[in-house]
Amino acid sequence: MWPRLEARPERSRVMVYLTPLVAAGLTMLAGLILFAALGQDPVRALWAFFVAPLTTAFGWAELVVKATPLVLCALGLAVGFRGNVWNIGAEGQLILGAIFAGGLALWAGEASVPWLLPAMVVAGILGGMAWAAIPALLRTRFNANEILVSLMLTYVAELLLGYLVHGPWRDPGGFNFPESALFGPSALLPALVEGTRLHAGALFALAAVAAVWVLLMRAFIGFQVTVIGLAPRAGGYAGFSQTRVIWLGLMCGGGLAGLAGMVEVAGPIGQLHPQISPGYGFTAIIVAFLGRLHPVGILLAGLFMALTYLGGDTLQIELGLPRAVTGVFQGLTLFFLLASDVLIHHRIRFGRRVNPARGGA
Amino acid sequence: MATPVPSPPDPAPPRLELRGICKRFPGVVVNDGVDLAVRAGEIHALLGENGAGKSTLMKIVHGVLAADAGTILWEGRPVRIGSPGEARRLGIGMVFQHFALFESLTVAENVALGLETRETVEALSTRVRAVSDGYGLAIQPDRHVHELSVGERQRVEIIRCLLGAPKLIILDEPTSVLAPNEALALFDVLRRLRDEGCSILYISHKLDEIRRVCDRASVLRGGRLVATVDPRQESARSLARLMIGVEPPDLTERRRTEEDGVGPLLEVAGLDLDRDDPRGTDLRDVSLAVRGGEILGLAGVAGNGQNALMRALSGERRVSRPDTIRIGGTAAGLLGPRARRDLGLAVVPEERLGQGAVPDLTLADNALLSAYRHGGLVRRGLVRHGRARHFAGRVMETFNVIARGHGAEARSLSGGNLQKFIIGREILQQPRVLVAAHPTWGVDAGSAAAIHQALVDLRDQGAAILVISQDLDELYTLSDRIAVIASGRVSESRPTHTVTAEDIGVLMGGLFDDGKVAQAGGGPAHVA
Repeated sequence: MWPRLEARPERSRVMVYLTPLVAAGLTMLAGLILFAALGQDPVRALWAFFVAPLTTAFGWAELVVKATPLVLCALGLAVGFRGNVWNIGAEGQLILGAIFAGGLALWAGEASVPWLLPAMVVAGILGGMAWAAIPALLRTRFNANEILVSLMLTYVAELLLGYLVHGPWRDPGGFNFPESALFGPSALLPALVEGTRLHAGALFALAAVAAVWVLLMRAFIGFQVTVIGLAPRAGGYAGFSQTRVIWLGLMCGGGLAGLAGMVEVAGPIGQLHPQISPGYGFTAIIVAFLGRLHPVGILLAGLFMALTYLGGDTLQIELGLPRAVTGVFQGLTLFFLLASDVLIHHRIRFGRRVNPARGGA
Repeated sequence: MATPVPSPPDPAPPRLELRGICKRFPGVVVNDGVDLAVRAGEIHALLGENGAGKSTLMKIVHGVLAADAGTILWEGRPVRIGSPGEARRLGIGMVFQHFALFESLTVAENVALGLETRETVEALSTRVRAVSDGYGLAIQPDRHVHELSVGERQRVEIIRCLLGAPKLIILDEPTSVLAPNEALALFDVLRRLRDEGCSILYISHKLDEIRRVCDRASVLRGGRLVATVDPRQESARSLARLMIGVEPPDLTERRRTEEDGVGPLLEVAGLDLDRDDPRGTDLRDVSLAVRGGEILGLAGVAGNGQNALMRALSGERRVSRPDTIRIGGTAAGLLGPRARRDLGLAVVPEERLGQGAVPDLTLADNALLSAYRHGGLVRRGLVRHGRARHFAGRVMETFNVIARGHGAEARSLSGGNLQKFIIGREILQQPRVLVAAHPTWGVDAGSAAAIHQALVDLRDQGAAILVISQDLDELYTLSDRIAVIASGRVSESRPTHTVTAEDIGVLMGGLFDDGKVAQAGGGPAHVA
């Protein structure tokens, strides 16, 4: 008897929470096969990828450092995704946040300015918002697809950053490397644990989790976002504004991505250079879905995806495998998640057809 | 899968015979030993309330479900119908109440998918057009389904079924979306098919039409077959009694005298609205007024501007001048749905799933959907979920909505129950003005009576109610006055007791005729 898929009368709440775990499990399984095919001891490689980074306190600190921008970006994206606003350009918004905040830091230089960090936070958020406002405006005014606009603006942002650090903002004492001067001490986020790179940005991420939780789960505007996302016509009937939801989604996405950019340059990096983000803005899309567009889920998913960055580093060091393994694992996770999500609305049945009672039985 | 039986002695076995069909779902027995025989060349009605087991029985016949016990005989031979494909090969076609059409494809492409044919879409288009013209169904094969009204979509399903040249056609609530004249045309089609030897299983709640077209009627109640009768020998009341099991409520006592001196609570004056979708209908010079304590019925065939009017009234589409629409005396033409609700408007939209309710959300969330201005469900921008759950529970209790609880998703409810929920949600907000589209479409008789009673009670509390419906029986039962919408124009309204069904037919027909539109827009009330 071949297994068949059978529609469920209602969404399975269990599966909503279970499929991310199923996806993570399948990713590991695929990883075993992948490493075996590469001629490595699969168990050892998997250990190096997923477990070894977490065997030291330093590793845990790094995990949080990497998870912080992922969680921030994914939280903002989730607000939009719930309302069918497909902002794919968090990477660009992150870069703009870094440019705005970094510009302020470079302007202050070595001077001690007490209000500098709060100002950089605001500047970072505004920078990301400004970048996200472009697709929002084009979508609401001309019905231009926000997926394409936000994605393409990412490349514009990268070029803008490249221009700044190759040109006007290049460190005069930097031997012509394309990078800015190091930020002054008052432009750097304080460390949370001495001796690690763990910094105050992690607290921003936790605060954002709480704020987005209230917005999505308790606030009426969050309910409107959900309704517009699930059934736009019902939203129109209820009098909810699609335009407002588009703006809200893109402003949250841009603002939090911009904050992530600020956190990165004012935290672990401490200057501007062309590679400030290893694709956090794109990985955040996976984090958002893996976390079920739920703030707490996103927090957990962000930690998991951060591990793929650390694991990629460990593999490179220990086994000499290319760093692209990180991308492969991220892709596999999203792939398996999307595939196993079919179980939310369907169940697998073996044997003869037995359909559930539905409607006027 | 057909296996011949040794020797059936009966020279003319029934075309379809069901013997002792049983079907159980976890916790419920849906069909309990049902025997049913449909002869060749008869129109056989299957009557019963929602939950009586009709749909399940038909799904078994159509191969969608397998029976737990019992035999199906097709032309005297026992058969096992394992899938709709096998049913189709036997010659069983079904027109569902809920349509299975791809919205982004054309009519002809949809038909092609259903038929598993190798014909080109062009060749099929010709056949579709032929069947459509032959039976007066007025469907253009090259139109996209998303542009079609609910009524037109159903006609596509009927055409798709007819193209398969079936020996038995199952029709699930076929006339619920048709106008009287269209229904009459359908009845002609059905009679013609019957005379050609085709059998028809006809599921309906409309007792009058069953008495009109059906040769025999089988009544299901609680999963059991309670009787097979000759509907022409029965009254609508006696059929209803068989179906519900108790004496149906008397709907005639609620006529009340009109109160003069009460100004209109809902007023539309000279509304012109161009279509915003190429296949939509322009509204032209629409004027109507509904006073407090009055129900105005708006009759008309789907696709004649009801949808545009609904959206203009609810505020989903703004109109150009504020005073074109007045709610409770306030000019509301430029206001959105939210502000209009503040003026006391409540709306029961055309579509239940996707418009009136969000399928994936719980009933508690769906209560919030339109009732957020009511009873403190939202305070300082935060949703009070406890209150929303309580409100949903009150709707379910007051309107006898059968569901798992306020946590059930809207999509898990049957059509009738969801409709009761939506209407209940609107009525419990104590609106001054209620606009309801097709309030009882596809709803079983018991629920329909409850909905009608609720509308009448609301009217008696002084609300102004506009009911847009294609069901003339419903409009006659409910309305104090009746008007007709056709081709985006609305006739003058007249007291219900002075309007006959023929008058309405003439109005619809007269308005459809382009030559008479100008005249009809001015004073169609004189046509009678």
